[in-house]
Amino acid sequence: MALDMSYKGVMSRQDEIIKKSTRIEYSDYEINKLTFDYEKMMKDTGINLQDIIRIQRETGVGNTPLIELKNLTRLVRKISPNGKGARIFVKDEQCNPSGSFKDRRASISVYMAEKLGYKGVAAATSGNYGAAVASQAAMRNLDCIIVQECYDSKKVGQPEILEKQRKCECLGSEVIQLSVGPELFYSFLRSLEETGFFNASLYSPYGIAGVESLGYEIAMQCREQAGKDPDVVIATNAGGGNLTGTARGLIKAGAVDTKIYGASVDLSGLHMASDIDFNRKSFTTGHTGFSIPFTTWPDRADVPRSAARALRYMDEYLLVKQGEVFFITETLAQLEGMERGPAGNTSLAAAFALARELDEDQVIVVQETEYTSAGKHPLAQLSFARQNGIEIKFGNPDEEIPGKNIILPEHPSLINSRHYEMDKLRSSYIKNALKVVDVDELQDIDIEFLAEETNTNVDYVKKNLYK
Amino acid sequence: MNYDAKKGSWVQVHQIILKPEERTAKIPEETKKVPLELWVKGYLNVEGNIGDVVEITTLTKRRVKGELVEINPIYDYGFGEEFVPELVRIGEMVKSIVRGDDK
Repeated sequence: MALDMSYKGVMSRQDEIIKKSTRIEYSDYEINKLTFDYEKMMKDTGINLQDIIRIQRETGVGNTPLIELKNLTRLVRKISPNGKGARIFVKDEQCNPSGSFKDRRASISVYMAEKLGYKGVAAATSGNYGAAVASQAAMRNLDCIIVQECYDSKKVGQPEILEKQRKCECLGSEVIQLSVGPELFYSFLRSLEETGFFNASLYSPYGIAGVESLGYEIAMQCREQAGKDPDVVIATNAGGGNLTGTARGLIKAGAVDTKIYGASVDLSGLHMASDIDFNRKSFTTGHTGFSIPFTTWPDRADVPRSAARALRYMDEYLLVKQGEVFFITETLAQLEGMERGPAGNTSLAAAFALARELDEDQVIVVQETEYTSAGKHPLAQLSFARQNGIEIKFGNPDEEIPGKNIILPEHPSLINSRHYEMDKLRSSYIKNALKVVDVDELQDIDIEFLAEETNTNVDYVKKNLYK
Repeated sequence: MNYDAKKGSWVQVHQIILKPEERTAKIPEETKKVPLELWVKGYLNVEGNIGDVVEITTLTKRRVKGELVEINPIYDYGFGEEFVPELVRIGEMVKSIVRGDDK
């Protein structure tokens, strides 16, 4: 009998498709509806940090330079009170084979796919991850399908996404392009079912484990170059995997006093599934439209239990504006001679603002850069925005309204680190948990789980549950 | 008869995956009004014209039917259709501050 390929039909087979395409029995880790054993799920990958580094070396991933941005630090000190202006370092992740840290995430998944005997890999992503999976698949002689959300209903696409599509195709991958909408997941499941390929999910334990080497390298390089652990590491935050993996790697390197900051572009007011808003934003990832929903409920990902759980590790969360990220991207190019993609510089913009508040002897590490090229360049993106009726001007970025204007800071001192209340994220997470389980059903083990998930304690959770 | 594309040509096809009325409930109104569409590239299995429903074989050997929309599709984005001079000004601004000649 032919399979029911309708939306309902495919979605009803979701669990079975995910299991077949990941070989992970997620229910093994579930203690009840809410609580699951995260560390056991990570451990059962059977891959430790040494294995990760070895697997990544096989395909030229990792071991990227840590570069001190001396001119940028000079600029910070020129506009800060005496004694302020932390040293800023950047991990130049564009040196990975496909041009971003995402190679780390892809490398372990594609290695597993090869080891388990799959003929190909598939991933649902409109970001750099597609190119990373395509590149790793090429190296390991596997077929590859990338499913991308690409166009609005007029078949107009962001130059940045179109570039990512080109890159996947030029690395030999098949790309399924879709119009706007979360039903992308349905198309993705269909492709997995049809091809029998491995699901190289961004959110699988393999994907997250692969980023641990990034945190580990940062600790080792920072000790060598600055003589100490970083005071702060800033990671651009969207789905949470970048921050989670980096933090886990830092902990494994013993850098337990390093603070982990998340940073996202503030796109409040724009709806991520809107056919109209789709091309009115200049950032397709690393923004609040992803990061806030995923941070406050990670299990909305394409696997039942996401291994990316940012709230467990995040000490502070900073928001930056689109105009600030473009400004800092241009500054990195013209002041440091490093031309890099804007999206990867989200955390750099936050670091710039934060450095003004910290002392001169403190060290901030920005944990990524990404490649730039046609499409993925401020020129392409700002020109596209202008064409779409977005006003671009100099002024105070605090007045930026996503979808309406992009305000380039009139002076670098206007780049601001806006602390998003961690309490708001944590209580929102707890609220989301109560959609899964009734407050009366909660047992001690669940309260402890919520404390771990929110990086708080049992008292904090109880106070939030019964307020 | 002359066809737009010969058998074996590299083409892009288009499909409607979900009609507006089949879309899921949790999306904004403007998205609900439009279908979920798909585009994919591959080799044309028979000759065809733009607008015809044709079958292609993709790189992963999948056979996909859809409306033929492009032949030898190109990548036509670049560094923008219009230069953004503000970016030049940013460079000048930060350099003058670092060099101390901004006052």
